[in-house]
Amino acid sequence: MEICSSELKIGEVATITSVNLDEIPLKLLEMGCLPGNSITLIQIAPLGDPLYFNVNDSHVAIRIETAREITVTKI
Amino acid sequence: MSSNPIKVALIGNPNVGKTSVFNQLTGLNQQVGNYPGITVEKKQGVCKLNENTRARIIDLPGTYSLNASSIDENVVIELLLNKNDEDFPDVAVVVTEVENLKRNLLLFTQIKDLEIPTILVINMADRMALKGIELDIPVLEKELKTKIALISSRKKTGINQLKELILNYTELSTEPCLHASSIDPDYFNNLRRAFPNQLLYKLWLVITQDVNFLNLERNEIKSSFTKSHADLKRLQQKETIKRYQFINDTLKIGQKIDVSKATDIRAKIDRILTHKIYGYVIFFGILMLIFQFLFDWSSIPMDFIDETFANFSSLAKQHLPAGEFTNLISEGLIPGIGGIVIFIPQIAFLFLFISVLEESGYMSRVVFLMDKIMRKFGLSGKSIVPLISGTACAIPAIMSARNIENWKERLITILVTPFTTCSARLPVYAILISLIIPEKRIFGFLSLQGLTLMALYLLGFGMAVFSAFLLNKYLKLSCKSYFVVEMPSYKIPMFKNVGINVLEKTKAFVTGAGKIILALSVILWYLGSHGLSDDFNNAEAIITQQNQNKTITTEAFEDQVNSFKLENSYIGYMGKAIEPAIRPLGYDWKIGIAVVSSFAAREVFVGTLATIYSVGSHSEEETTIKNKMAAEVHPETGEKIFNFATGISLLLFYAFAMQCISTLAIVKKETNSWKWPIIQLVFMSGFAYITALIAYQVLK
Repeated sequence: MEICSSELKIGEVATITSVNLDEIPLKLLEMGCLPGNSITLIQIAPLGDPLYFNVNDSHVAIRIETAREITVTKI
Repeated sequence: MSSNPIKVALIGNPNVGKTSVFNQLTGLNQQVGNYPGITVEKKQGVCKLNENTRARIIDLPGTYSLNASSIDENVVIELLLNKNDEDFPDVAVVVTEVENLKRNLLLFTQIKDLEIPTILVINMADRMALKGIELDIPVLEKELKTKIALISSRKKTGINQLKELILNYTELSTEPCLHASSIDPDYFNNLRRAFPNQLLYKLWLVITQDVNFLNLERNEIKSSFTKSHADLKRLQQKETIKRYQFINDTLKIGQKIDVSKATDIRAKIDRILTHKIYGYVIFFGILMLIFQFLFDWSSIPMDFIDETFANFSSLAKQHLPAGEFTNLISEGLIPGIGGIVIFIPQIAFLFLFISVLEESGYMSRVVFLMDKIMRKFGLSGKSIVPLISGTACAIPAIMSARNIENWKERLITILVTPFTTCSARLPVYAILISLIIPEKRIFGFLSLQGLTLMALYLLGFGMAVFSAFLLNKYLKLSCKSYFVVEMPSYKIPMFKNVGINVLEKTKAFVTGAGKIILALSVILWYLGSHGLSDDFNNAEAIITQQNQNKTITTEAFEDQVNSFKLENSYIGYMGKAIEPAIRPLGYDWKIGIAVVSSFAAREVFVGTLATIYSVGSHSEEETTIKNKMAAEVHPETGEKIFNFATGISLLLFYAFAMQCISTLAIVKKETNSWKWPIIQLVFMSGFAYITALIAYQVLK
């Protein structure tokens, strides 16, 4: 089932199915945030934002509005 | 035989240990400067490859790719595209890290497309066994069309192999490892036909990047090959995807990872360090520790330096022949320099802590913890880096705001950063606190003076946040933005990296401030010991007349003469002229002179007072600056000048006022307009005046 990466729970592993190329910064793509790569939610900051992911072995924090533009399926 | 040095450019993502490799290659043989016209740090060094050959190594700013998003990253592209640049490398060394090889290789494939001889360094090789990573070096070398040096800058292995490869750079292949032009064959074929003599990837970079390109008229390419912004962005995305496909295919055959060993320790540590409660507790604990350290434990070397300089002064007086020149040295130069040297321990500690926080990777966690809170005030989580490093110096701090993606958040950060307590305020705070706050301890270990200092730091920080809140409300700018922060793996900071950093920064502080202070102390001394009027020249006669009917000791007589002379000197006149403006804040004219000269740089305050008081007193005994200040009394009322009310008023004034020309200059550069630094100057100094006024009037 496809969900947004922002809906993952801490520790859940998923595969990226699509990214909204109009909203996702190139820098994030360059870190490996591309369809087919794995994504894990590591931590949610206090107050619920930003989110800290392991994407394709890059450890990176993004704000929740960016995370909503990444669609994933849970493994 | 000696030949021209081989020019080497070190390129790599941030956090791959590029600086460690640089330090290993060059040792202390390095110099830090700026790129002409912009304030990006330029690090160069020399490395001896063998008896006859040297390499000149440039450490380029860290960048994720050749798609630049900041001026630091632009520097990399501009150098690599310009063959005529004197720094254009003979060989590029791309530094990667074994754990993040996949991502680091993206930049490598782009550099290869520029057809420069390229060496691939895979750093942190000592972690391979731990992480269950195996690399097939010959296969990787063949696929990536390069030579690989597997090194560990921590364990100091592999550096000689890298030197060997640099020495033989002419044998390296300059063939690209993939053909990125296949993402849009028609477009690129046309481009190739139009500019047959140019490198295709170079053309592509010129079209997509906002960089200066000397050999080609930019507009010429642009007009015939314009694509809409959206189309270009899409092509860039396609290019990135294409490169990752190649990298994935290559690593499939060249890298094996034992998944059972690949535990994500970083994630486990981060669950604690970024926890919603422990995260903050740990962060504030660290801050507390730093401040106790700064005030309490650094007093030992500071007291020592203070006394040493007082000794120097009296030694100079005793042993040099009496006269103008001796006075200049013992009353002008030595106290002036002493006023700045004394703060070396505190400043070095401060740079040490900040350097450790950044090197260890902890700073990014603080960014993550604070983002949501900071956004409420119009700042970004990334503003925390400028705000914390602003405690050392606002100038590098304002430059570090460059990686904030949103212009409004960045502008607000630049504007409020000077409120944070920089190391130049430290000398002023330190001496005032020790004069007005008793040396007591609460609970037996927390020093009251240390707590006051911490309160001042918090005040500065609070003021920064409060003005950010105001700016956010009234600045009408809408910017679409995003926020991407990499969480680097934790590393124990390497002694060499931290040491070099602390040494460089402290040196820059001392020489930079030292020059101003030296010049000012000479000028002040001259103005203080010379006067125009008859009163000044006939001081002895006038005082004798005043004391006609009294018996008076020689010493008291001399003191009276000296203070009379000072009041009638040039500086006395100037001080008296500004006195009406500063009287309501509780300052006398001597403090006024110190405050005004502080507008060049805050730390001048202590040196100025030291010089003025040295000229004023004539005692042969050694006295420290602090003792001189404590002994200063009002000539009419006999009250102490540095009483509680005046002290607090001064502390508040220095906490808020914009007294740093260099900061104003950097704000002008970073915002590209005089508007913002002028607003900063007026608002901060006005606010400082009002709060100091209120504080003095309430407390006196």
